[in-house]
Amino acid sequence: MNDIFSNPVLVRALPEAIVETLQMVGISAFFTVLVGLPLGVFLHVTAPGGLRPMPVTNRILSDVVVNITRSIPFAILMVALIPLARALTGTSLGPVAASVSLSIGTIPFFARLVESCLRDVHHGKIDAAQVMGSTNMQVISKVMLRESLPALVAATTTTVVTLVGYSAMAGLVGGGGLGKLAYNYGFQRFDVTVMIVTIVLIVVLVQVIQLVGERISRGLDHR
Amino acid sequence: MITVTDLRKVYRQGKKEVVALDGVTLSVPKGSVHGIIGHSGAGKSTLVRCLTLLDRPTSGSVSIDGTELSSVRDSEIRAARRRIGMVFQHANLMDSRTAAGNVAHPLELVRTPKEKIRTRVAELLKLVGLEGFENAYPSQLSGGQRQRVGIARALASDPEVLLCDEPTSALDPATTDEILDLIRDLTQRLQLTVLIITHEMNVVKRVCDSVSLLSRGRIIEHGALEDVAGELDSKLARALLPLPPSEPLHGALQRGPVLEILFSGDSAKEPVLTGVARHFDIDLNVLAGSVETLGGQQFGHLRVQLAEGADFDAVLRYLHERGISAKRVAADAAPADQGATS
Repeated sequence: MNDIFSNPVLVRALPEAIVETLQMVGISAFFTVLVGLPLGVFLHVTAPGGLRPMPVTNRILSDVVVNITRSIPFAILMVALIPLARALTGTSLGPVAASVSLSIGTIPFFARLVESCLRDVHHGKIDAAQVMGSTNMQVISKVMLRESLPALVAATTTTVVTLVGYSAMAGLVGGGGLGKLAYNYGFQRFDVTVMIVTIVLIVVLVQVIQLVGERISRGLDHR
Repeated sequence: MITVTDLRKVYRQGKKEVVALDGVTLSVPKGSVHGIIGHSGAGKSTLVRCLTLLDRPTSGSVSIDGTELSSVRDSEIRAARRRIGMVFQHANLMDSRTAAGNVAHPLELVRTPKEKIRTRVAELLKLVGLEGFENAYPSQLSGGQRQRVGIARALASDPEVLLCDEPTSALDPATTDEILDLIRDLTQRLQLTVLIITHEMNVVKRVCDSVSLLSRGRIIEHGALEDVAGELDSKLARALLPLPPSEPLHGALQRGPVLEILFSGDSAKEPVLTGVARHFDIDLNVLAGSVETLGGQQFGHLRVQLAEGADFDAVLRYLHERGISAKRVAADAAPADQGATS
């Protein structure tokens, strides 16, 4: 193990791989929350019995878009979305291009988590807010989102951890990052040191994300 | 003053129609507390949802001081709702907000200036006896304190009507009394019109001026507390002045007739029983009894067994002449239906 610091692959490629992984996770986490949060809220409030039921729209979004996307295995979805990534980013290689399929893969997953977080907000709180004269937007922002914030943070943590896993897979088809490093050097060149180091780094990354997420979630929870 | 006129609510359950409210009419004058009592399934929750406009009634009207609420357009519904403050069974506070934050919530909705919110919140918390608890989260408060925050929040938008849905059903007896006294006190101080929906007769006894008995979507009995309690045959009276089941005593009076007597007001102060005993020269035994002060008047409800061979009709006449309701009941019967919950 004393060749960690002299291993040419690690010295040359590791820093770049770490940056690429963080980029992929960061960019796709950003877009997942940006799109998935409103989507989850929309799914929840337009459901039958929701704040503003829209049965047809809800049905289409929920059954068709979200469920179909979620039922495609991520490895296949990623490959299928390469043309889209090229159209959006101009390339099919690198962490930015990989973020397109990563985001699309996790947005429906996150939206479902958001939906279930909002469903857990006690209905009496929503009644109370409506009786005091809240608009629907005020119910969403001041009650649903605010009351479920600890749960939403926990859901985001879960999603980011999932993204770390997916990003390693994305590495195999041109995304780069730690996944690519482990595959190219650790697997194809039998460089055990590289394999171990990347695994340890990914485990540490996941632990840190989990720890930070739990801390924030607990700090926000006043129940 | 709140007036409800012929309120009907029909739900559709698949192909079946369920009539939850079947023509409810009631009116509560300003400054008084009206109780609506009924079993679960009687339509209490539906009534609450119609009064707060969470559900639109199928027909009929709800008006506050002559302003119609039930037919307002959707755009005006929020302003209409602010005229009714609502207190919930479980307070329904926001866990992410402090006591002060919860009371401020209705004020934030209409963009009240921050400084004004602060003074109003302090004022309201003081009103419900929670000074010094501004920064406590609901999880740090007791059930009674949470309900006080709920009441302060309900009052934040200066409503004319306070609607309380089972406000004490989740509280212990001592706390229940505190909260009811607070509601009573606020009613007088702020000249509110209060409607309390409950299944507990004790709530009615303690705070209400008048009461309605809701059963299967209809109000089957209603009136001022002292009026309904004086009707021997009314379900409300039997619930307000319940008699425990009793068996005829074994002994000398074993086979005598049993009667139920209800006296109120001035007649409650008369020595009725000893009067009967002396006048007819008979013995009698009290099998069960309930004595209460309701709406400022004394009421007594007794089950009495007379000695065998007593002139029952004469006794009955004697009592009626003195303005006391009385009737014969089966000797060995457990008391009939206790009416609403006792």
